[in-house]
Amino acid sequence: MHPIVRTVLQRLGLGLLTLFVVSVIIFSSLQFLPGDFATSVLGQAATPETVAAFRRELGLNDPAITRYAQWIGGVLQGDFGSSFSGRSQGREREVMELIGPRLWNTLFLAGMTAIIAVPLALTLGITAALYRNSFYDRAVNATTLTTISFPEFFVAYILILVLATLWKVFPSLANVRESTELADRIYMTALPALTLTMVIVAHMMRMTRAAIINLLASPYIEMARLKGVSKSNVIIKHALPNAWAPIVNVIAFNLAYLVVGVVVVEVVFVYPGVGQLMVDAVTTRDIPVVQACALIFAATYILLNLFADIVSIVTNPRLLHPR
Amino acid sequence: MKSKTGERTAGDLLLDMRDIRIEGFSDDVWHPIIKGADLKLHRGEVMGLIGESGAGKSTLGKAAMGYAQPGCRITDGTIQFDGMDLRAMNDAQLRELHGSRIAYVAQSAAASFNPAHRLIDQCVEATVGHGLRPAEEAKADARELFAALQLPDPDNIGDRYPHQVSGGQLQRAMTAMAMSSRPDLIIFDEPTTALDVTTQVEVLAAMRDIVEQFHTAAIYITHDLAVVAQMADVIKVLRYGETVEDAPARKMLKQPEMEYTKSLWAVRSLVKPQETSDDIILRVNNVDASYGGPIKVLDNVTIDIPRGSTVAVVGESGSGKSTTARVITGLLPPMSGDVLFNDEPLPLALKDRSKEQLRKIQMIYQMADTAMNPKHTVRDIIGRPLEFYLGLSGKKLDERISELLKMIELDDSFMERLPNELSGGQKQRICIARSLAANPELIICDEVTSALDQIVQEGILKLLLRLQKEFNITYLFITHDIATVKAISDQIVVMFQGAVVEQGMKDDILSPPHPDYTQLLLSSVPEMDPDWLTGLLESRKEGGGMSASGN
Repeated sequence: MHPIVRTVLQRLGLGLLTLFVVSVIIFSSLQFLPGDFATSVLGQAATPETVAAFRRELGLNDPAITRYAQWIGGVLQGDFGSSFSGRSQGREREVMELIGPRLWNTLFLAGMTAIIAVPLALTLGITAALYRNSFYDRAVNATTLTTISFPEFFVAYILILVLATLWKVFPSLANVRESTELADRIYMTALPALTLTMVIVAHMMRMTRAAIINLLASPYIEMARLKGVSKSNVIIKHALPNAWAPIVNVIAFNLAYLVVGVVVVEVVFVYPGVGQLMVDAVTTRDIPVVQACALIFAATYILLNLFADIVSIVTNPRLLHPR
Repeated sequence: MKSKTGERTAGDLLLDMRDIRIEGFSDDVWHPIIKGADLKLHRGEVMGLIGESGAGKSTLGKAAMGYAQPGCRITDGTIQFDGMDLRAMNDAQLRELHGSRIAYVAQSAAASFNPAHRLIDQCVEATVGHGLRPAEEAKADARELFAALQLPDPDNIGDRYPHQVSGGQLQRAMTAMAMSSRPDLIIFDEPTTALDVTTQVEVLAAMRDIVEQFHTAAIYITHDLAVVAQMADVIKVLRYGETVEDAPARKMLKQPEMEYTKSLWAVRSLVKPQETSDDIILRVNNVDASYGGPIKVLDNVTIDIPRGSTVAVVGESGSGKSTTARVITGLLPPMSGDVLFNDEPLPLALKDRSKEQLRKIQMIYQMADTAMNPKHTVRDIIGRPLEFYLGLSGKKLDERISELLKMIELDDSFMERLPNELSGGQKQRICIARSLAANPELIICDEVTSALDQIVQEGILKLLLRLQKEFNITYLFITHDIATVKAISDQIVVMFQGAVVEQGMKDDILSPPHPDYTQLLLSSVPEMDPDWLTGLLESRKEGGGMSASGN
């Protein structure tokens, strides 16, 4: 078996194990949330009998292990259970039905941001390394540091002020629907995507720059220079191929952030993403939804890190072509 | 260089460097590295550039390409290459010359090949990039060069990545890389320093032949006189950035004129008369060891070390020398066999040994730099074993540190210095003092002089011998340098591929008849005689004996 396949399988196995541990942690920590769903739905005025009956109906009285087994068993078959909310009114909804469209929105926003931010960060990082210590380098560093230093909502409001209010380039609300056409969707999502871009570019750009500059003192870089290789080729052909591992790890980390950590931006732009849904579910004690969201987030991290590992291996000939 | 007897015809003047001054930037100031050096080289001529580290050889060599490494600048002088003024050229013009008419071969090929690309792509990069030849033609030519440099499987070896071939092969591939564009001038910057002697012979021969074949001029930078004697038509000795002496190679070797040059030549004359004793202090008994895998790194190794004497362990890298040291110190518990110290078996693992047992065996390392905590002062470094093993403190501790400094010929002013405020030789002396502080019976010296210049080496070796006499210390001296072995040892252990080939008194081992491997090892050590390499290659060809394959 090629070592890459073996490593990937190994990491996948470890990922599944991590996911299992995470599911246990999610499940047990939710047991410690103060108050319970039955009380918060039925209100303070509900009689103890009503609450007890409702709890029974939801299966909240079974031992934790049984409930965990039921939940994880369902999850393994793709069934995340049904949401608690709406139950009391008899409008039961599947968790996936709730999360599905939201998750798609979140992935769309993350994807769009990534398409802008990753190439931008790489280009800025490479050119900053090429012209290091020049005015350009300092300007890029200062600008990206500034944008990352402001809170997300602040960046978002500035963008709204400039691009939606002063010049009416983009809409300030990104309340897309399932029926929204792709072109409209892109147009409406532009501002949140730009906001997130400004938030994550600095991290990736600085790592790109640092990883490349770190290699510039290597003997093989001096050798390339002494072979008469041009400055840009020294960076792109000789430094960059050896710098992918750290860069890709930071990219993966930031992409994961785009999926799991963008609640504030969703709120500002009224964007129906999964972050907002999870926050709502926590407030209403809608345990099945919280569990599903948490599990999806964990899986995102694990998959993206796996992706980073694979890129690190593929770009390292020592691992790709063992002796 | 079939006619390396001086008849080799030098062509027109190719390189003319005059009154070169180069400065380096460190500690916030520019300070001179090269202080007005001249250098003239004719077409087809090989110049040996020698000197100790810090003499500015590499800096001057790179300046011949019009290049100053980052942190350096050429401040004055003229560099004329084939009638062109390199200092008047801009970067783009210099790049046109680099890799086409002037090529560079670096010290460590392992570090100087880009790990991300295949050998052949790197070998033809400059040739193709400068538009000298189309890629396919350049690659075909590179394969021929690989063959000429006697690389194994020349048609396919170029498809490998740098980590897939050995150090000696990489060094030859780098020579092929330099030769690819058929340059007028090649700068060889210590190209064999990182290689084993047996590999070095082959690389030297290959480089010499190919430079000869294409009538390329070369500057050969090295600190090894014997190597330069094989390669150069003319020799230039540098010290502190200034020329000490310039002369044709043969004349320079026979009658050096300047005192400094003579001292360089004389270093190798240190020889210790051999002594022995029947009192065995340490016995390594039938030891097998591995680093976890199925491959035995040590195979049934037995070594006796007599008290108060020096046992030198010699062999190429990978022969198991350092692993033996790791077994003795307990860092690597062996799979089988045992280690007897003063006739008592030592616990195999470090953690099972008592403080007393630890105290009696100390170690000195090759890289004094990395063997000391850069944040500790000399006082901390030497004081630590005194506190740990002997429980000294306060005034007693200070007195003992001062005493130890005296033993290594340094004074109290060194106490508060940090390692980076010391020279290479001083650092190694501090490491010696640190090991002495424990009052050890046995000191394991792992390549302790390999990283030092010859004159400094001699000082360290003399110090070690003096301390041995004064305190009856036993040394296990690991080295690949036969000259050091001659200088310091009583007994020699020859190792090859994890096994002991031979053990005995120095004079017996060094005089014939030898087992094949010892013969190969000893005959591969360059000698000052400029005809040594030619003679050796001829005798090996005729003898058809064990080939010196460094692969």
